[in-house]
Amino acid sequence: MSIRLINRLLKERTAGRKLFVPFITAGDRGLDFTRQAVLALDQAGADAVELGVPFSDPLADGKVIQASSQRALEQHTTLAGIIDMVHTLRSKTDMPILLMGYLNPFLQKNANAMAKWLVQAGVDGTIIPDYPPEEAMDWIKACGEQDLDTVFLTTPNSTPDRLAAVAQASTGYIYYVSVTGTTGARTQLPAHLQQGIARVRSMTFLPILVGFGIATPEQAARVAKVSDGVIVGSALVKTLAGKENNRAALKKFIQLAANIAKAVKK
Amino acid sequence: MSATRPGWFGEFGGCFAPEVLMPAVHELQKTYAQARRDPKFRQELDTIRRNYAGRPTPLDTAARLTQAWGGAKIFLKREDLNHTGSHKLNNCLGQILLAKRMGKKRIIAETGAGQHGVAAATVCARFGIPCRVYMGTEDMQRQALNVYRMRLLGAEVYAVDSGTRTLKDAMNEAIRDWITNVDNTYFLLGSVAGFDPYPKMVCDFQSVIGQEARQQILKQTGRLPDAIVACVGGGSNAIGIFSSFVKDRKVRLLGVEAGGEGLVTGRHAAPLARGRIGVLHGSRSYVMQDADGQILNTHSVAAGLDYPGVGPELSYLKDSGRAEFIAVTDTQALAAQKEMARLEGIIPATESAHAVAYAKFLAKKLGKKKSIIINVSGRGDKDLKPGDVQ
Repeated sequence: MSIRLINRLLKERTAGRKLFVPFITAGDRGLDFTRQAVLALDQAGADAVELGVPFSDPLADGKVIQASSQRALEQHTTLAGIIDMVHTLRSKTDMPILLMGYLNPFLQKNANAMAKWLVQAGVDGTIIPDYPPEEAMDWIKACGEQDLDTVFLTTPNSTPDRLAAVAQASTGYIYYVSVTGTTGARTQLPAHLQQGIARVRSMTFLPILVGFGIATPEQAARVAKVSDGVIVGSALVKTLAGKENNRAALKKFIQLAANIAKAVKK
Repeated sequence: MSATRPGWFGEFGGCFAPEVLMPAVHELQKTYAQARRDPKFRQELDTIRRNYAGRPTPLDTAARLTQAWGGAKIFLKREDLNHTGSHKLNNCLGQILLAKRMGKKRIIAETGAGQHGVAAATVCARFGIPCRVYMGTEDMQRQALNVYRMRLLGAEVYAVDSGTRTLKDAMNEAIRDWITNVDNTYFLLGSVAGFDPYPKMVCDFQSVIGQEARQQILKQTGRLPDAIVACVGGGSNAIGIFSSFVKDRKVRLLGVEAGGEGLVTGRHAAPLARGRIGVLHGSRSYVMQDADGQILNTHSVAAGLDYPGVGPELSYLKDSGRAEFIAVTDTQALAAQKEMARLEGIIPATESAHAVAYAKFLAKKLGKKKSIIINVSGRGDKDLKPGDVQ
């Protein structure tokens, strides 16, 4: 497991605080913007950040992340560029950074070489939604050897078998998808959230973070109560979609992130 | 990635599906495995193929094409005569029976040329299940007749305006729908692509083409053909006819990809010729992609071939050397479509015309003593627009 991530998780757990992990598509408004956003998130109270690796065919994403991936690709964002940016961030911040994206860009090197590349740049883990544990054996092994975390997703409809497989393959934390659906903010939190989390809890000692559909500080606070923390993506990414300049967009983005962090940590 | 793992063809295939789909994928794998062994299922499928689809489709000699090309004897497997006008119905009949077994209340499908969409809309009308077909707006424009047919059959055609607005994006949107409505919805995938069990299952349902063709050619000529030619988009008609001949090592299997404006221009849809191995839409196979692993835009005059991926079993046949793959340009395909119309009174789909175009070249190369079966996967009415023909 990544030392940076384990330290952060332990620190928060000891203090009795819940975790807040924001998501931002890398390269949305350019990688320089992402770099500033990551540093500002660190100041705003994020415990880790998930950097989206844009892909031409984001088939598990709703419209907000789709559009954001498109914007990032139009800025010629590549996985190599993102990895380089993380490397430059490491002299500035110890906040854990995970890459989240579809499998194909990660296949441009073999598993061992990719894992080494990520770790040397200072990446702490990966979340690859179209890479279920049974297909990812090589990747899990390569990441294990490099102390790179493999976070897998689990869903309300996961069977006990699947929950066990995901729990066994995951390191760092477990990503509990609160709804059956694509990414995107919802106006209401799903029913049975607590029962769903309890099912995962019985399988693992890892922190369970809840994502998909959390849009406001109020929702985040409620979800944090029944879990180990929240992941917020679309609601944050949406603040970058407008026409305002980068400075104004970053301000809006960070304001929302800071409000959510406060709600989660209180 | 061992060759013996279910869902794999050598190093191709697999089940790279988002976690939320896993329960549905496993349910489908199980239901399909049971249905395959159930004589009642096979009988039901057989009856509906005969009485509703009009199978078996004929295998006919193409005397005038043979004469005009001056080489090998040409046979046509007439999938264009299958109900709805293409081979796509074979798969839809099989899958709708599975959806019924699973008690699904809603069907979704993706379509490129609209032939699979029409076939899906057709079986949904026949079995009284609501149907939504995802189709790129670019394809809706160039295959407008099929959009009209789907709507007439009672299906909802959902316009997909993202990405390249073609089959790839229709597929993305259909998968997003399935992710959202996985509890009550059946995803009626139209090709041998996608995650396990689709490639294997769709191949099984399409293999009726090859089974019939093999019997027919043996009955008509007393021997096997020297070559079989089929067009390849996702690859379902190709694998459907190839599968019964794979063990006959002397029968050459030739898949024809869409060369678009020419392979050198980059504007084509030929992942087997010009792609690299990757993962798109749930399986490991040849994919058209750039150096960063982003999926490339494709181009073909034939909407049904305009797709950057290909079924994993075809990738396996390519790498094992059992099948050969060639690309034919838009211009060559359109010329072949016209030639076949004038000489045989059969208007093939622009997709199928790719196979016809290559068969012309191959017929001359093989010479008079040889024989070739062309899989005429669909009819071309859908491709005609007023003003096209001078």
